[in-house]
Amino acid sequence: MRMNQNIAISETGFLFNPSTGESFTLNPVGLKLISYYKEGLNDDEIISRMQEEYQVEEREISRDLLDFKNVLKHYLLVDNND
Amino acid sequence: MEKKVYERPHIIKLDAGMPGKFGMRAETPAMTHVFGVAVKKLVEKHGSPLFVISEESIRQSYRKAHKAFSTRYPNVQFAWSYKTNYLSAICNIFHSEGSWAEVVSGFEYNKAIANNVDPKKIIFNGPGKSDDELLTAANNGSLIHIDHLDELYQLIDIAEKATQRPRVAIRVNMDTGIYPQWDRFGFNYENGQAWDAINKIMHSGKLDLMGLHTHIGTFIMTASAYGIAATKLADLAMGLQQKFNHTIKYIDLGGGFASKNTLKGSYLPGSDISPSFDEYAEAISSALLNSSLKPDSLPLLILETGRALVDSAAFLISTVIANKRLSNGKRATIVDAGVNIMFTSFWYQHQISPAQGASQYREDTVLYGPLCMNIDCLRESVNLPILNKGDQVVIHNVGAYNMTQWMQFITLRPNIVLVDSAGEVQLIREAENMDSIQHHEKMPDKLVINHP
Repeated sequence: MRMNQNIAISETGFLFNPSTGESFTLNPVGLKLISYYKEGLNDDEIISRMQEEYQVEEREISRDLLDFKNVLKHYLLVDNND
Repeated sequence: MEKKVYERPHIIKLDAGMPGKFGMRAETPAMTHVFGVAVKKLVEKHGSPLFVISEESIRQSYRKAHKAFSTRYPNVQFAWSYKTNYLSAICNIFHSEGSWAEVVSGFEYNKAIANNVDPKKIIFNGPGKSDDELLTAANNGSLIHIDHLDELYQLIDIAEKATQRPRVAIRVNMDTGIYPQWDRFGFNYENGQAWDAINKIMHSGKLDLMGLHTHIGTFIMTASAYGIAATKLADLAMGLQQKFNHTIKYIDLGGGFASKNTLKGSYLPGSDISPSFDEYAEAISSALLNSSLKPDSLPLLILETGRALVDSAAFLISTVIANKRLSNGKRATIVDAGVNIMFTSFWYQHQISPAQGASQYREDTVLYGPLCMNIDCLRESVNLPILNKGDQVVIHNVGAYNMTQWMQFITLRPNIVLVDSAGEVQLIREAENMDSIQHHEKMPDKLVINHP
């Protein structure tokens, strides 16, 4: 999944989408996931990285990632062609 | 390298709409303990969901209410409203403080008797009393509050069989300037029904008219309405005095005092806008003292308040079963307590607190119960921190009506514990099991399924 390339994200978790004018806030884990997507990592790579970095089981991050992706789609923050 | 603590990913759209007119605080601090006992420990021992009631909180509320009235009026008596919460342990806390019993059915009457309440201190309200129930109450000298003319004539007949003259009052409904005006119970004041009933009782010569009663409504946010009610009852009492030279023993203003819960649709929380006991007491006492009632024969003032005394004395602990996302992107959380045990979630926006620490991130959440029914929604919208499966939430102000109006529907009813005045946790009602339900059922022989 690819994020819209024109969205702007601050280090503190503030996200701005210039296409819609909408702003969002992210918690640190949400911010981390979006940064991985922006790097171009796929889901498996992200799950693996998250397990290395956080105290989280595979099934937990896998479940949360699925939900989080749906929210990003709902807010039109991902590339429509993806 | 030490791994970081994980929290569910969270993104929330910033809404630059109009600021809230009242600027209410959106976050609720974690509530790891209820009445001094750790939530985790309670759930570990007694399961979830779990009602937790505080003896001390009940006693403090009762004493506060009693003080508000007794410092303003010379002769005050509270009667515990059984329908609000008739767990025997709870009733007996009120009785030990001096409360009489106020019951509205034969079942509740028998419960009060089983709790060793002096029958003369039981007030029998309600529109549906059977002949047997009325005869028992009459023989016991209980105070029977007559609801309608059929009951009045029923009692006149029963008086022939009773071992003593029935001690009665009439229930009066009236316009106290509030909406809705309750008129389905009792006799109307303004159109003369109440005066007609009083005349019938006095002319019958078979009933002892002890008092006058009203119950103007429920969750009354305007204390002055009680002042109007007290004035109208005092007027009837004066009429009795003048016409029949009969002095009534008591005036009963019923219940209906608001608790600190927040009604659905209310802008401000109940904790900020519900009248205090002092406000109710001031309105009622002033009206009676300023009436034409003679100071040397002021009637006993009886109050049947239930909700305002017990609502804040109980919490419901519930556990998160799952999180899910609705079609509009909104977060929904499913907990293990449904509307079958939280009847009052149809009336109130119950305050909900997380039972464990969380980050500062909050999410607008729909809080559902576990029932496979669309109506099973505890809060349509509540700001909650990021909750995970297995976390607990604490639902506030659940002491009134939930433990009497609850239903065995889809799930069984849970344990109820009391944190007593010594801080000990006592189980006061066991969770139901299959046998609680099955032992009432009968299976016709031809429907029994036998496996070879």
